[in-house]
Amino acid sequence: MSWSPLPTDRLEQGFKDKRPLYTRAEALVEANRCLYCHDAPCIKACATGIDIPHFIKQIAHDNLPGAAKTILSVNMLGASCAQVCPVEVMCVGDCVFNDLNETPINIGRLQRYATTEGLKYENTSGRRLFTAKPANGKKVALIGAGPASLACAAYLALAGVKASIFERDPLPGGLNTTGVAPYKLKADESLDEVQWILDHGVELHGGKALGRDFNMSDLLDEYDAVFLGLGLGADHHLGIPGEQTPGVWGATALIRAIKNEAGFKVPAEIKQVAIVGAGNTAIDIAHELAEITSAQISMVYRRSESDMSGYAHEMAHARQVDVRLVENARPLAIEVSAGKVTGLRVALRSGEEVLPCQWVVQAIGQERIATQLDLSVDLDEKGRVKVNEFGLTSHDRIYAGGDCINGGKEVVNAAADGRESAFAMLKSWGLEA
Amino acid sequence: MADLSVNMCGIQSPNPFWLASAPPANTGEQIMRAFDAGWGGAVWKTLGTPIVNVSSRFGSIDYDGAKVVGFNNIELITDRPLDVNFKEIAEVKKRYPKHAVIVSLMVETKEEWRDIIKRSEDAGADGLELNFGCPHGMCERGMGSSVGQEPAVLERITSWVMEYANIPVLVKLTPNIGDILDPGRAAVRGGASGLSLINTIKSVMGVDLDRMVPLPRVGDASTNGGYCGPAVKPIAMHMVAALARDKEVGIPISGIGGISNWRDAAEFIALGSTTVQVCTAVMHHGYRIVEDMIDGLSQFLDEKGMTSVEQLIGHAIPNYKEWGQLDLNYRVIAEINPETCIGCQLCYVACQDGAHQCIHLASTDCDAYHGVHDHAQSVRTKWPSVRHDELHDGKPRVPWVDIDECVGCNLCELVCPVPGCITMKEIANPAGPESWNDRVAKGLA
Repeated sequence: MSWSPLPTDRLEQGFKDKRPLYTRAEALVEANRCLYCHDAPCIKACATGIDIPHFIKQIAHDNLPGAAKTILSVNMLGASCAQVCPVEVMCVGDCVFNDLNETPINIGRLQRYATTEGLKYENTSGRRLFTAKPANGKKVALIGAGPASLACAAYLALAGVKASIFERDPLPGGLNTTGVAPYKLKADESLDEVQWILDHGVELHGGKALGRDFNMSDLLDEYDAVFLGLGLGADHHLGIPGEQTPGVWGATALIRAIKNEAGFKVPAEIKQVAIVGAGNTAIDIAHELAEITSAQISMVYRRSESDMSGYAHEMAHARQVDVRLVENARPLAIEVSAGKVTGLRVALRSGEEVLPCQWVVQAIGQERIATQLDLSVDLDEKGRVKVNEFGLTSHDRIYAGGDCINGGKEVVNAAADGRESAFAMLKSWGLEA
Repeated sequence: MADLSVNMCGIQSPNPFWLASAPPANTGEQIMRAFDAGWGGAVWKTLGTPIVNVSSRFGSIDYDGAKVVGFNNIELITDRPLDVNFKEIAEVKKRYPKHAVIVSLMVETKEEWRDIIKRSEDAGADGLELNFGCPHGMCERGMGSSVGQEPAVLERITSWVMEYANIPVLVKLTPNIGDILDPGRAAVRGGASGLSLINTIKSVMGVDLDRMVPLPRVGDASTNGGYCGPAVKPIAMHMVAALARDKEVGIPISGIGGISNWRDAAEFIALGSTTVQVCTAVMHHGYRIVEDMIDGLSQFLDEKGMTSVEQLIGHAIPNYKEWGQLDLNYRVIAEINPETCIGCQLCYVACQDGAHQCIHLASTDCDAYHGVHDHAQSVRTKWPSVRHDELHDGKPRVPWVDIDECVGCNLCELVCPVPGCITMKEIANPAGPESWNDRVAKGLA
């Protein structure tokens, strides 16, 4: 392992899985419900196009290594995707059972079962599901060790390309390790998946930052191609008075503390928390805080619920743990007294009001890191790296994928991007995947 | 409410539902509970010289999550002393005088038959059933199916029994033969009062692939067993109907084989059974299943305006014909209801790979398709056309049926997971009926 072990007293460990690993009995019952649709809608709803009915049949017919291979052959992050995908708006949402007043197939949980059992099979049998082809002399550098780069590197390594990932953070895995809600995926599970990918011959250089330890021209000199899996940058700030006060958090920074930090706790004096924003990160941190504290958690959103970008099913889950949503409330200032946060002043339709709180969490998006680096590629007006359908940037040897090209989507989108770029690179060199 | 009582070759029963000779009819205590639940009769677990059983002894087939679609056993006849069995039979008859208690028997010599028949009659049995069907274990000792497979032996033993018996005698037939009429007619020649069928089918239920031992497993080995349960129902119904249609048979039949509910029972009765016997469904779900068998059959008879079960017996037999008598001009075509279709496209893949390639995905344009398929074009006017896009209703995954090409095979309807979504519509044919036999008679074939 090329990183320090995770602390053993992480706050995330107290979270129970919302969708725990199926037992064999549960998996069989669920797998047998699948109709095995032809040209199934669930496949089309998956960004990586996993042949879902096929792997479900393989579970039903007791071919678990086969099921895992069906998933991982098109999505090397199939294990984490099984846990983090918003399946309600993807594969499960398109299950034909939705039209039969029948509970749709729990595809995510079946996928988790298949990948878990498939990897268990590797350990018990000593046989790998995938083996890399002999080295072909090609070398690719990948920047960032999140899902996009990991997927790209995995397919490259399997094809015999030397794939070297450079990650500025000491921990690899990107948001899977640092940012996914712990009731979906915990940091150690993410790192296990990273290690599994590295085991296929992918090289990881942790703590190496572009622009500090190396630059693009170094990479272009040494490698045949470069893949940008940069992700996003630091949390955005509102730019309102009081933001520098202790107790004002960026959402991803706070989630990271919950997931990775040794002994992190929410202090007992935190009785009310205001979360600014209504995207999925806002819902995640609201939900997490509601589960681990007795504090009143309020999401504060400048528009109305129908406008929010967070998923309705996630908001419904958050409400089940008493998260409340304050709509049409524009933050004006953070009220501070004796160096401590005391409230969030907001403009409501009815006038100004102070929402009492001891913490304010800003969940209004993240910076576009691409704008802060010298990448030698074109960006769009929103600071996203511009790519063609195969992930190729304006530079003929630089590819990109994941949040840095789409502004922040799901792990499965990053995994699909990484795979497509890997395949495009291989094709450009006349190599087979 | 219709009269459910039946008279099976002299055996009176309050309804046609009997427990088959099997584990659910092993003891008096069980049979009395079954009668309390509503069963009209029971065929006692076969009596003979008590045996020793093995462990395990049952196997089953599951299919995509449905449990016990087929079932088998390598259990033998009763493993309890005859004295105990006869004492219990007397007790049951004393407490349930109006229920039918039939004793299943399997012994070897004529003297043994004489003795065991006398003891059964003394205990108060309403009838006897001769187990000439058991295809495992007992047949290795010259009994069970080894008798049922030899019409001459079957006839001889039946005639011995008839010599001694003063109560009705059913001969239970094995399906492990070439033509069920051979043992059926032999039983009639031997003087049997009625027939029971089918007994179980020789079977191997599976293989434990880690141990390389067939199932059910007894230590490091297995043997063939007797197969039964829902999966054998069609085989059983064919054999029951074949006997019911046969002019030489003409004696009452007790139908057995995969009967699990009132509908199964009604089907067996419509094909000529007077009573039906049930084992696997009770082993799976208990005696309570008889409640809806009684209720469902009553409702059905009432709906059809029948006042008794007797009126249903053999009702479908006149419509059971030879293939050569079927109407070649009768035509149905598949119709998919776009309202209820969920877009699984199982009908499409089944039709493409397993039938006649006449169901197409919504994305396949009907007119363009016809433009490039000359054959389809040529037969297009043969049947009234329905444009597929009229059926789509804006649902992009509803497949369409090329009604010119549809042969009406039924496969799509069978695989559709939505009840009632695909139906087979009858198409009028001005040509009128014509069978293969008609064609042969006209010199056209």
